[in-house]
Amino acid sequence: MLETIWMYLKVFVVGGILCMIGQFLMLKTKMNAARILVGYVTLGVILGAVGLYPPLVTFAGAGATIPLLGFGNSLAKGVLEAVAEKGLLGAFTGGLTATAAGVAAAVFFGYLFAIVCTPKMKV
Amino acid sequence: MRGSQNKQKDERYLKLVDKLTPNSDLAKGLIRAFWVGGVICVIGQLVNDAAKVWLALSKDDAGMVTAVVMVFFGSLLTGIGVYDRIGKYAGAGSIVPITGFANSIVASAMEFRREGLVLGVGAKLFLIAGPVLVYGIGTSILVGIIAFFVGV
Amino acid sequence: MLGGQTALLETRPVVDAWASAVCKKEGEGPLGDLFDMIHTDDTMGEDNWEKAETRLFMDAVKRCIEKAGVTSGDVRMLLGGDLLNQLVASNFAGRELGIPFIGLFGACSTMAESLAVGAMILESGSADRLLCAASSHFCTAERQFRFPLEMGTQRPPSAQWTVTGAGAVMVSNRRTVLRPRPVITHVTIGKPIDLGVTDATNMGAAMAPAAADTLCRHLMDTSRTPTDYDVIATGDLGAVGSALFEELMREKGMPLLAHRHVDCGLMIFSPEQDVHSGGSGCGCSASVLCADLLPKVQKGKIGRLLFMATGALMSPVSANEGESIPSIAHAVVIERPEEV
Repeated sequence: MLETIWMYLKVFVVGGILCMIGQFLMLKTKMNAARILVGYVTLGVILGAVGLYPPLVTFAGAGATIPLLGFGNSLAKGVLEAVAEKGLLGAFTGGLTATAAGVAAAVFFGYLFAIVCTPKMKV
Repeated sequence: MRGSQNKQKDERYLKLVDKLTPNSDLAKGLIRAFWVGGVICVIGQLVNDAAKVWLALSKDDAGMVTAVVMVFFGSLLTGIGVYDRIGKYAGAGSIVPITGFANSIVASAMEFRREGLVLGVGAKLFLIAGPVLVYGIGTSILVGIIAFFVGV
Repeated sequence: MLGGQTALLETRPVVDAWASAVCKKEGEGPLGDLFDMIHTDDTMGEDNWEKAETRLFMDAVKRCIEKAGVTSGDVRMLLGGDLLNQLVASNFAGRELGIPFIGLFGACSTMAESLAVGAMILESGSADRLLCAASSHFCTAERQFRFPLEMGTQRPPSAQWTVTGAGAVMVSNRRTVLRPRPVITHVTIGKPIDLGVTDATNMGAAMAPAAADTLCRHLMDTSRTPTDYDVIATGDLGAVGSALFEELMREKGMPLLAHRHVDCGLMIFSPEQDVHSGGSGCGCSASVLCADLLPKVQKGKIGRLLFMATGALMSPVSANEGESIPSIAHAVVIERPEEV
């Protein structure tokens, strides 16, 4: 039980800090949402490739995988595994294979909700 | 055109602008991003653990289910007009998690729905997600090529 | 002609009638009771927001024609514009209205631009009655210039809120003893000014130098000082832009008296409405002019008004290409009715 609470605490704190860094960048460098998303994914790929990110995933679980850095990390992980298995072809197949579920879900639900819902004026 | 009479970068004026433009409340913004981002990750962990326990999935599969479910939540909340309110409060706290990625897709697709199903929804779906995939996938392929030649 | 940029209008064109149409949020603001029409639905019952903005534009124009007691056939020209690509809101309104139409783009300065051009056309004798109008809609502007509406983004404190509204003003050269009306005495056409501001979420900062430049030019050309005006109304500088504008005027040695400078962007919303730096958009200065300023001039509460709407002349493309934001301000002097 104590172990579970400790795990969730780690998830909360690490996830929170990763978001907080994003907020800091947005406020201090005038980076907009699109640039933050792109920056996080790209950085995630690099951190994953050099092996810095996987230990964080082991440590904080969803706290490290839910932020978009985790998406980048999955891309890198998939590519590296596929390259080890299939050689150069893996560089092209590994990333999308590892992240297929998330990307496909985003496209599918994005289309679905766009058809069903209409945007409303901001409050 | 540069340096014409009416287009001069006026450093003195830009300093005045900096002085008179109020800054966002940094501490408040950081705290909000922290706790909302943290809560979203905790929800992700709950989904992940539930998938592992109830569906008896492997670690990798549970991760994928988590991604799908979180994307669904992000899409749903965007569709019913809630996610933009969370975003107004939390900023990066709800942009950085994968739900924010879903939000960027659904919001763009909804916005351009009235411009048709192909060039409206179909094309604009990727307005913000497109660059994310381009740079994410592009970098990962580069990583793969380097790994292949360096030999990992 | 007067000085370098000002036209003195010998015929003193008459402001015959004016009307404004806005949406719910504007209707809940401090000027809520003064607008002619307040829509409660942000689509105005139309299928999309572009049509909704066209509808707002037409509402203002039609109501203005009605208030003037004439028919659309009596109007020689309609001069108007909005913020959208190819001016779709006003062009499509022109399609419905059947009035000879001149489309104008001056970003948020369009109301002053159309009044200035209209007054000069009257002065030239090319027309005897025309309509000047401008509109903006929050949702069409957000899509064109910013992010999709449902994106969970934050707006910085310097950001302004695009007003969903329209205003229309009828000007003519017909004086009647029965109905004394405000007159236009001078117009000053501004130059695009760019001091290197690139932040599209800080329009007030981009526009303040244009406002200061046009005002200085106007005062030099007319040999007047700020105290010659009861009210100097800037278009939509917002809180940040207004502070910068007042500071620039101080630096130029022509300080404004605080209570005489008002800003339409600060008048239309109250601070509780959470619009950050204030309102913006063509519809901001247009609807405030028609709802608040012109009625005050008509009643004599404002003897001499300098109406100076400001516009940021960037496009999403120019912003993406890294250009800084050029801005413009046009000034129109409106005086209380003459005792004919």
